[in-house]
Amino acid sequence: MGFFEKFFGKKASADSAKERLQLVLIHDRTDLTPAELDSLRDDLVATISRHVEVDVKAMQIGVEHDGRSQRLVADIPLKSARRKTRKTK
Amino acid sequence: MPATVITITSGKGGVGKTTTVANLAVALALEGSRVVCIDGDIGLRNLDVILGLENRIVYDIVDVIEGRCRLKQAMIRDKKFTELYLIPAAQTRDKSAISANDMVRLVKELRSVCDFVLIDSPAGIERGFRNAIAGADRVLVVTNPEISAVRDADRVIGILEAEEKGPASLILNRLNPALVKSKDMLSSEDVLDLLAIELIGIVPEDENVIIASNRGAPVAADGKTKAGQAFRNIAKRLKGETVPFLDLDAQGGLWERIQRMAGRK
Ligand SMILES: Nc1ncnc2c1ncn2[C@@H]1O[C@H](COP(=O)(O)OP(=O)(O)O)[C@@H](O)[C@H]1O
Ligand SMILES: [Mg+2]
Repeated sequence: MGFFEKFFGKKASADSAKERLQLVLIHDRTDLTPAELDSLRDDLVATISRHVEVDVKAMQIGVEHDGRSQRLVADIPLKSARRKTRKTK
Repeated sequence: MPATVITITSGKGGVGKTTTVANLAVALALEGSRVVCIDGDIGLRNLDVILGLENRIVYDIVDVIEGRCRLKQAMIRDKKFTELYLIPAAQTRDKSAISANDMVRLVKELRSVCDFVLIDSPAGIERGFRNAIAGADRVLVVTNPEISAVRDADRVIGILEAEEKGPASLILNRLNPALVKSKDMLSSEDVLDLLAIELIGIVPEDENVIIASNRGAPVAADGKTKAGQAFRNIAKRLKGETVPFLDLDAQGGLWERIQRMAGRK
C-alpha cells in the first residue's frame, strides 16, 4: 500500500480480500445466497409470529463459522419483553 | 512398512502443484525415502520436464492400465536420486482413459515397492481430480495467498471432507513477505483463518523455482534457496518430524535491507 492510500485512509487491499473471502466462503459452503437467507428470515418471522409477537426490525439472522462448520444464528427480540424493559427504566 | 500415498491438489490451476510434487519427491529422496511420483494430469504432462526426465519416457500410465507394459517398465528411475521414480502421464489421451478404480489398483501395487507415492493432480474438481484422490491416504492442498486461489482451495477442502479424504493439509505457496508486510497480500494467518485446516508448509515466492524448472532440477536439491528449504521442511513434516516454520521476514542480507529501506523492494 502506497503513501497516498495510507494518507487518505483507504483500506489495505489484503484486508478487503479477507473480508470479501469471508462472505464468499460462507455462501460457497452453505449454498445459501443472500436472497435465500432473506426468504428464510421471512419464513422464520411468519412461523414465530403465530406464537409470539416479535420485533421484526431488530431481529438479526446470519451464518457464523466455527472452524469449518457453519452455524445459522438468529437473534429474535420478542416485543412484549422489550416493552417491559422500557417500563423499568 | 507399506507406502503412504499422498495426492497434491488445488482446485485452481497454476498455483504450484507440479512444482510441489517434484520438490517433495526430491526432498524425500534426499532423506533416504523411496519415492514414486505419478503424473495424474493426463493430456497435460509436465512433471517429467520439471524433474528433467522427459527424454527417458517410453511407457506411460495409460500403457500400464491398458496392459501394454508392466508397471516396472513405466517407472522411470532418476539418475541423481536413484530411489526416485516417475510414472508419466499419457500426453495424447484424455482423463477418460483412466478410472478411479484403475488408480486404486495401481497405487495398491506400488505400496509394497516404496515409502511414498506422490500423485500430481490436474486442476479442477472433475474426473481427473477424482482419479487423483481415489487412492490417497492423505491429501495436500496447495494454494497461493490470493483471493481466487483461496476460494478454490476451500471448495476442494469441502469436497475432500465430503469424500472422507480429509482432513487435508495446506501448503501456502508463493508467499511474498514484503507484500504481506505492506498489507497488499493475505498473510499465512489470514489464509489459515479462512480455510481452517492444518498448515504443513509455507513456500515463499522465489525466482530460483523458475531457474530450477528451466534446468529440470528442482530447487529442493539446493538447500541454500529459501524455496528449497521450505520444501525440505515439508518433507520432514511428512515423515513425522516437528520442524519450525521458516522465518521469512528475516530475509536477505544487508543489501536487501538497504533496498527495502529505500523502498525498492
Ligand atoms: N514458490 C514459487 N516461486 C516462484 N515461482 C513459482 C513458485 N511455485 C511455482 N512457481 C511457478 O508457477 C508456475 C505454475 O506452477 P506449477 O507447479 O506448474 O502449477 P500447477 O501444477 O498447480 O499448475 C510455474 O511457472 C512455476 O515455476
Ligand atoms: Mg501441474
